[in-house]
Amino acid sequence: MTFKYIVDGEDFTRAGEASSNVKGKLKQMGVSPDVVRKVAIAMYEGEINMVVHAKGGEITVEVTPSEIIMTLKDVGPGIPDVEKAMQAGYSTANENIRSLGFGAGMGLPNMKKYSDELTIDTELGVGTTVVMKVHIN
Amino acid sequence: MTALQLIEKAGFKVLNFPGENRERNISGVYCCDLLSVVMSKGFEDCVWITIMGNINAVAVAALTEMSVIVLAEGTAIDENMLPKAKAQGITVVQSDKPIYETAVMIYNLLKENA
Repeated sequence: MTFKYIVDGEDFTRAGEASSNVKGKLKQMGVSPDVVRKVAIAMYEGEINMVVHAKGGEITVEVTPSEIIMTLKDVGPGIPDVEKAMQAGYSTANENIRSLGFGAGMGLPNMKKYSDELTIDTELGVGTTVVMKVHIN
Repeated sequence: MTALQLIEKAGFKVLNFPGENRERNISGVYCCDLLSVVMSKGFEDCVWITIMGNINAVAVAALTEMSVIVLAEGTAIDENMLPKAKAQGITVVQSDKPIYETAVMIYNLLKENA
């Protein structure tokens, strides 16, 4: 089963809607609460990153019997230094974003922590595709 | 302790309190304002004390299945927060005290009612 979401890059008031929707669907499907929590946190962080850094993008969530695969694709500026971006506490978010409670430098670290597999494919000026997998068992 | 008991005893100002949340259990207290940390460390059925009176706080509370958001320091909310809280069925109350005092008060109430 596959779900697709368009993330609006200008609208902070809708950030988190895709994650919330996926969470509801997984719960309905009887996926265990631990897995649902991991997917919700990892995807929310990715969704927020898309809004903050990339002016939105597209998220595809594929549910298979053994895993949940989230693919987050944007055409934003790309990540200049992925290793640095993965460090807890490192953030390039501006003051406005920080005043909303984001910019703790925990986005990518949380995505890594709450997914079982994380791959980041990024190119400056072209965009970023993040694939996160959460195993079901 | 239920959400209703807590809110009544603490005397919080209610901004949104859906009927179905009244008997919801309170599992503990959590304090933090950075949403990524809250996403990671906040827990189910907790009372979350924060000064983040915005729509993103509601999203985090919904995703982590918290019982109550307490806005400390009488924090004003932004115009989008309440409609979102109503739509997502999230309880939001205000405390005129700072975060620490609010947390200690809730801690003591939970202990008395354990």
